[in-house]
Amino acid sequence: MPEWNKPLPTISGETKPYWDHCRRGELLIQKCDKCEEYQFYPRGICANCWSNDIQWVTASGKGTVWTFTVTYQNGTPGFADEVPYVLALVELEEGVRMFTNIVDCNPRSVSIGMPVEVTFVRATDQISVPYFKPAA
Amino acid sequence: MIAQNRAGGYGHAQAVSHQSGEEVSVSMVDLKHAAAIVGIHEHVTRYAPDKSELQIQGESVIKALEDAGLTKQDVDGLLTASSSARNTGLNLADYLNMYPRFVDNTTVGGGSFEFHLSHALNAIVAGRLNCAVITYSSLARSGSVSVGTGGVARFGHPRLEPSPDSFEELYGLTTVGLYAMIAQRHMHLYGTTSEQLAEIAVAVRHHASMNPEALFRNPITVEDVVNSRVISSPLHLPDCCVITDGGGAVVVASAEVARNCRHQPVWVLGAGEAVAHQGAGKRDLMYIAAHQSHGPAFGMAGVTHQDIDMAMIYDSFTITVLETLEDLGFCKKGEGGDFVSGGRLRIGGELPINTDGGGLSSNHPGMRGIFLLLEATRQLRHEFDGTPRQVADCNIALCHGTGGALGSRHSGGTVILGRD
Ligand SMILES: [Zn+2]
Repeated sequence: MPEWNKPLPTISGETKPYWDHCRRGELLIQKCDKCEEYQFYPRGICANCWSNDIQWVTASGKGTVWTFTVTYQNGTPGFADEVPYVLALVELEEGVRMFTNIVDCNPRSVSIGMPVEVTFVRATDQISVPYFKPAA
Repeated sequence: MIAQNRAGGYGHAQAVSHQSGEEVSVSMVDLKHAAAIVGIHEHVTRYAPDKSELQIQGESVIKALEDAGLTKQDVDGLLTASSSARNTGLNLADYLNMYPRFVDNTTVGGGSFEFHLSHALNAIVAGRLNCAVITYSSLARSGSVSVGTGGVARFGHPRLEPSPDSFEELYGLTTVGLYAMIAQRHMHLYGTTSEQLAEIAVAVRHHASMNPEALFRNPITVEDVVNSRVISSPLHLPDCCVITDGGGAVVVASAEVARNCRHQPVWVLGAGEAVAHQGAGKRDLMYIAAHQSHGPAFGMAGVTHQDIDMAMIYDSFTITVLETLEDLGFCKKGEGGDFVSGGRLRIGGELPINTDGGGLSSNHPGMRGIFLLLEATRQLRHEFDGTPRQVADCNIALCHGTGGALGSRHSGGTVILGRD
């Protein structure tokens, strides 16, 4: 496996379960027990009602492309030699949107509304990164 | 004390003169003629490898005070922002050897300087400030900073913040990409075209052709734009701002100080501030911060969109202008493509914008918000009378600064300026 030369996440107490489960191939999001809203990115409070009663739930891993761009220029190490790649906001079935890349397809085939599903790539022993690919 | 709360931040000055405690309304202070831009200077360099950022700011402050007819001793406030330096206001006060009693380092991206003007107005009304300088400089070009096409790693940060960077930078976000995503969805929802976005670049370049200091002055066509290289789809190279060095300063003063300045005052008629972000993964990012900031600004100024003679709209990218015009309320959501077409944005058109050539063609040293204030002031002073660059009968101008990125999180500062 080639050495990972893209940025790696920094894990904190409030985000550790997310990254732990990515390593096991599960995408976690959070839901508030009090107001029942989902949220992303994960945090230690409910961003909606500010309660502490938040639970981790496993997302279905399915969603649609909310918007995207095919990136042709990025000088950052790890991405410079990967252009063109697709940067996207994917809306999960649960209703929250997250940044990702759409992989395993021709960048020019990506469109808004396209069904996608999560796929994980192992970066290090500790970190696996969630990406999305066209739904089977 | 009730009056203070009711007046929402502007009550302090009122409370001093209303010791009886009787209820007063905000309208009793003439906010529209409380603070004015009285001096300006643009450091016109587009490439200054031999200067420091502090030197450019120092030179700009001195010239702007000369323009106002004021001296160092008149200044009691300092406002600045920087995307590169730490302790910006502290280092600047040190460099200038000033001891300001009002310091503001609000840094919310390129539009920080519209926030600064808003804050200076507040401080002047509160009696805590008589005369301030707002200043900025950057060596983005001579420092070879990839402002738009580098990720966070371009700043040499090996460690990402746990949130939100660790959920974003893994995916190769670029500044241009975060605007391109909004353009892509705008096209999807409303049928907006690359040709319509190009109209913005063409209009702004037309204005740059009249500005001898502009970086790019050769006229371009819609075909030139849509046939050029795609940086991040659907945005082409001319949809993106230039990268330059540069800087400038604005002197803002109370009505009392303004009365004795060299130029007629350019009043701060109204101001509004806002931020927009992911909203925990749920905000509809097709509505930008301008959607929230324009109402307070128009309300305070007591003017309507029809009263605006020209606008300085932060043009990091063409889509920034289109989204901003929609969300400021100049046209309905989704109608921006039609609105920007047909010469409407050119001098002589219904709503001339960015008459200095904007960030798209004139200059963009990382944070462009101060240059919006400079050009609006020049137009309101009728500095270009007798030349094609002057907007006819220019009495009221709007500046809207956007900082950050439309696709992730950004600020929006609207200010409305007017002459007597
Ligand atoms: Zn909640």
